[in-house]
Amino acid sequence: MGMTIGEKIIARAAGEEKVAPGEIHTVTLDRMMSNDGTTHLTVDKYNTKLKHPRIADPKKVVFIMDHNVPADNPKTAAAHKKMRDFAREHGIKLYEGQGVCHQVMMEDYVCPGELIFGADSHTTSYGALGAFGTGVGGTDFLYAMVTGTSWVMVPETLRFNLHGRLRKGVTPRDLILKIIGDIGANGANYKVMEFAGDGAHGLSISDRMVLCNLTVEAGAKAGIVEPDEKVIEYCEKHGRKAEHMFKSDEDAVFAKVYEYQLEDIEPCCVRPDFVDHYDTIANVEKEKIRIDEAFVGSCNNGRLDDLHMAAEALKGKKVSPRVRFLVAPASQKVYQQAIEDGTIEALVDAGAMIMNPNCSVCWGSCQGVIGENEVLVSTGTRNFKGRCGAPSSKVYLANAGVCAASAAAGYLVSPEV
Amino acid sequence: MEQFTGKVWVLGDDIDTDIIIPTEYLALPTVEDMKPYGFSPLRPELAGQIRKGDILVAGKNFGCGSSREQAPEIIKALGIRCVIAKSYARIFFRNSINNGLLLIENSQVQEDVKEGDSIIVKVGESISLNGKDYPIQPLPGNLMEILEAGGLVAAMQKRNGIRRA
Repeated sequence: MGMTIGEKIIARAAGEEKVAPGEIHTVTLDRMMSNDGTTHLTVDKYNTKLKHPRIADPKKVVFIMDHNVPADNPKTAAAHKKMRDFAREHGIKLYEGQGVCHQVMMEDYVCPGELIFGADSHTTSYGALGAFGTGVGGTDFLYAMVTGTSWVMVPETLRFNLHGRLRKGVTPRDLILKIIGDIGANGANYKVMEFAGDGAHGLSISDRMVLCNLTVEAGAKAGIVEPDEKVIEYCEKHGRKAEHMFKSDEDAVFAKVYEYQLEDIEPCCVRPDFVDHYDTIANVEKEKIRIDEAFVGSCNNGRLDDLHMAAEALKGKKVSPRVRFLVAPASQKVYQQAIEDGTIEALVDAGAMIMNPNCSVCWGSCQGVIGENEVLVSTGTRNFKGRCGAPSSKVYLANAGVCAASAAAGYLVSPEV
Repeated sequence: MEQFTGKVWVLGDDIDTDIIIPTEYLALPTVEDMKPYGFSPLRPELAGQIRKGDILVAGKNFGCGSSREQAPEIIKALGIRCVIAKSYARIFFRNSINNGLLLIENSQVQEDVKEGDSIIVKVGESISLNGKDYPIQPLPGNLMEILEAGGLVAAMQKRNGIRRA
């Protein structure tokens, strides 16, 4: 019996010929990432709870500040200082102000076939390059950082065969939110979501990142796109070599196989207060729902494609005076490219507020927090109750074009085509 | 076999980590400072009502969302002895075991339980409500070892300090 991509990556990390779902294995991690959401707490545990603290291999550890950047009050400043001092003392690479952690990891580190722990749920993004990235809490991260190892239960794999191409104005965000709507917010709990087929290979690396990033919202342990030539090109362009290009064997066993025709996917507008409250913008716009804020950014959707889509939707328009429109590029590199190609100027002209690259509005702290009963349309990752501000506020999830068009209209609406 | 009895609080499906502890309280310096805000978007009064030894009963996908470990830490700090849910999101599951919070999976008891009921838990064996028994699955051995030590760090220390990688 063959193995899936996820099984092959775990087998490699465990030093085993073969692994099967349900088995528990000790694995050596290729890389570990922690951000300023929790690193200060991990540092506290390292300093106070361990008898003989040491770090197995500081070269495998990366710290990235992105949740509260720049620090907005004395508490976050103290947390940042703790993180900075610890990184310096232990020779850990620290990024500050370079962008959202998963975008930075993709640009600078991730290679296919790697097993990566991140102290952030959206670590699943790394499957865009054929890696197994999974989110863990601070204690798991501490154990991994200290020993270089951890335990994993081998997950079952759900296979998604994607066919055809997305239509103009439809994004991989619309696809993954449709899939989450179909299988439910725990439809992939403890499982790997593997994407393959001509539709998957037709997607850019940026598109694949959007897809893999949100797999955790279906409960997945990892989301992985079958790696191909585009992965090799991306790695080479970023100065890395793609070595472990795993594909599922012909006789690999999948817990379930799904088929999606990409032409059938429509622009979505997921309703509050949960990620699987799927609807289409075509339906939602009939209700003329007023918005107070719109956001384009986050680890899911702050890349060049999204900024272009937002600028396109705002062409010849202005942001409504009743709406705050916030845009946070995913990284400094994305930001610079968007300056060079004129996108930032177009957005500013239309009335957008450009934020420094960081998690921003998506996680309800630091920037653009929404008030009582306010309505936000966002390219962020989640729309849980109170996620972006007051418990009575509401968050709709949509693509960058819908967010920008809605910012101009003042209510939820599709972009003009 | 360890056995205990606790008073029940009932919650629904998909209780996410932003409900267990909203982002705005994560910057507070300690879990003790954060715990009054546990579950506040859903039931602002709940954290003040929970007493030591109480039990949470919930539906499917408990703990979905963020990897924030404050979620199980706060549930434990509030005095909750264990959570009984239809299913758990995986990061929350690991974080709970790593912090010594007992999680029990059961999909039947939700139909019969009312808030304020008492549940008897026989760890790894069964739960009982109003004289009716509901079987439960024991956790795998390595997870029980972590749980019994009081969490992952304690288990690591118990195994003679840190394992050299």
